[in-house]
Amino acid sequence: MNTPTLSSPLLSARNITKRFGGRIACHDVNFDLWPGEVLGIVGESGSGKTTLLNCLAGRLTPDEGSVAYETASAGTVDVHRLSEARRRLLTRTEWGFVNQDAREGLRMGVSAGANIGERLMAVGARHYGEIRGSAADWLARVEIDADRLDDRPTTFSGGMRQRLQIARNLVSGPRLVFMDEPTGGLDVSVQARILDLLRGLVERLHLSAVLVTHDLGVARLLTHRLMVMQGGAVIEEGLTDQVLDDPQHAYTQMLVASILPV
Amino acid sequence: MSHPERSCEDPTMPPALRVSGLAKSFVVHAHGDLALPVLHDVSLAVSPGECLALVGPSGAGKSTLLRSLYGNYRADAGSIRVRQDDTWTELVGAEPRTVLDVRHRTMGFVSQFLRVIPRVAAVDVVAEPLLRRGVDATEAHHRAEFLLGMLGIPARLWALPPATFSGGEQQRINIARSLIVDYPILLLDEPTASLDAANRDGVVELICQRRDAGAAVVGIFHDTGVRDAVATRIHEVLPPASPAGARHA
Repeated sequence: MNTPTLSSPLLSARNITKRFGGRIACHDVNFDLWPGEVLGIVGESGSGKTTLLNCLAGRLTPDEGSVAYETASAGTVDVHRLSEARRRLLTRTEWGFVNQDAREGLRMGVSAGANIGERLMAVGARHYGEIRGSAADWLARVEIDADRLDDRPTTFSGGMRQRLQIARNLVSGPRLVFMDEPTGGLDVSVQARILDLLRGLVERLHLSAVLVTHDLGVARLLTHRLMVMQGGAVIEEGLTDQVLDDPQHAYTQMLVASILPV
Repeated sequence: MSHPERSCEDPTMPPALRVSGLAKSFVVHAHGDLALPVLHDVSLAVSPGECLALVGPSGAGKSTLLRSLYGNYRADAGSIRVRQDDTWTELVGAEPRTVLDVRHRTMGFVSQFLRVIPRVAAVDVVAEPLLRRGVDATEAHHRAEFLLGMLGIPARLWALPPATFSGGEQQRINIARSLIVDYPILLLDEPTASLDAANRDGVVELICQRRDAGAAVVGIFHDTGVRDAVATRIHEVLPPASPAGARHA
C-alpha cells in the first residue's frame, strides 16, 4: 500500500442517509477519503455497506447528505447534483467501479479486447491499433493470455472475468476506484491472485479506493483505514491494523473473534 | 540486572520519541465488559543513538507498550510524540493518515511474526518499503538481496513467497523488510526470538549498526546476551497494580 499523501480530500461524504421504504439502510455517514488512500467498509450482510458504496459512487441518490469529489481539472463537484451526462463521463474517466459479479461490469456479448477498448474510446482514443495495443497490454497486466483478446468473456472462468473487469476499469487511468466485494464468490486460490493483482495495481498507479468487503483478511491486505458498519451506521473507524488488532466496539470485537484460524 | 551505559550517549540530544502519561486497557465486551488495565502512566524518552530495552515479567505489558507506540493499539490517555521534520507529531488520537505518514517516514516496527502476503516473493516483500519511497526497482532489489544474504537467507529462497518458510526464516524476512529503510525510530518486538546463534548475531550486528548510526531504538529482548549487546538503557515495565488484575468497567 502507498502512504496517503497529505493534501486535500479527494472524496468527502457528509451525513449520508439512505432509506428504503421505512427501513434505514445507511445512516448519517461522514468521512473524507484522501489521495492515495484505500478505505475499507466492513460489516456483515445487510449492514448497509453496499448501499453506502452506491451512494458514494452516484449509483444511488441518498435521502440526506452530500458527496463532494475533487476532480482532476474542474474543481470540486457535488456528485449528486451533476447532470446525468457529466456523472456518466466522470464514471468512465476518473472513476472505476468493480462489481462483485463481473457480468454486471462487463459487456458479455463483445470480446475481451472490446471490453477494455470501450473505456479508452470513452476518454477519446480513436486509433484502432493503439486501442488494441493497450487492450493487449492490460490483458497481460491482469495475467490473461494475449490469444484470448478476441474471445468473449462468456468463455472465461469467474476469476478471469474478474481480472478482465479490473483491466476494463483501470485502462483509462482512473483516480478513484469503488470496489464491491471484488473477490466475493471466488475460490481462494483465484482470490489470492486477484488480491495480489489489486494490491500491486493500487500501489503502482497510486489509486485511491473505497472497498466494500465482509472479509477482514481482504481488508487487512488492501486497505489503510476501515469503517465498520452495523445496522446502517458506522460504529467504529480507524487505521486498519488498529481496528483489527485492538477493536473497541463490541460488534467489531465479535467480528474479529469470528475469523476462523487456518 | 546490567545497565550498560555507552559513552556515545549525549544528554543534550533532544529525544526522537517522547511518551508521557500513557494509559492502555482492554475492554472485552463479550465477557461483560471486562476491563483489563495494562499500562498506567507510562513515561519515557528515547534519543537518537539510544536503545531502550523494555524489561518486565511476562504479561507486564511490554508488547502492549510497543504496539501502542506504533499506533497498532489505541492508547486510552497520555501522549506519544515523535520528532518529524523538526517538530513533534502527536500520535495519541491522531488521524490514521498522520500515523501512516509517521510509519512511512519515521518509525519502523519489527514484529515477532511475518504477516505473509499470498504469492509475493521474499525479495519483493523486503524491497517493498523502498519501492514505496520511489527507489528504482533494480536498486531496491539489490539492497533487498544484500540484506537477505547478510541475514543468512539462502539465495534459492529469494524468489519464493515466504508462506512455506520456517519461523526463523520468516522472522528474518520481517527484519530485512523493516531494516531496509533507515527509520529514525525503530521498534523491535523480540527480533531474535526464533533464531539460531549465528543468525541471531547477524541481527544483533544490524541493530547495533542502526543504533550507532543514530536511530532511536525501543525493543523487547528476552535473550539477555542480545539485550546486553544492543541496549544502552533499561526501562522497567511493571504489571498493572490492580489487586485482582482485572475488574469490571
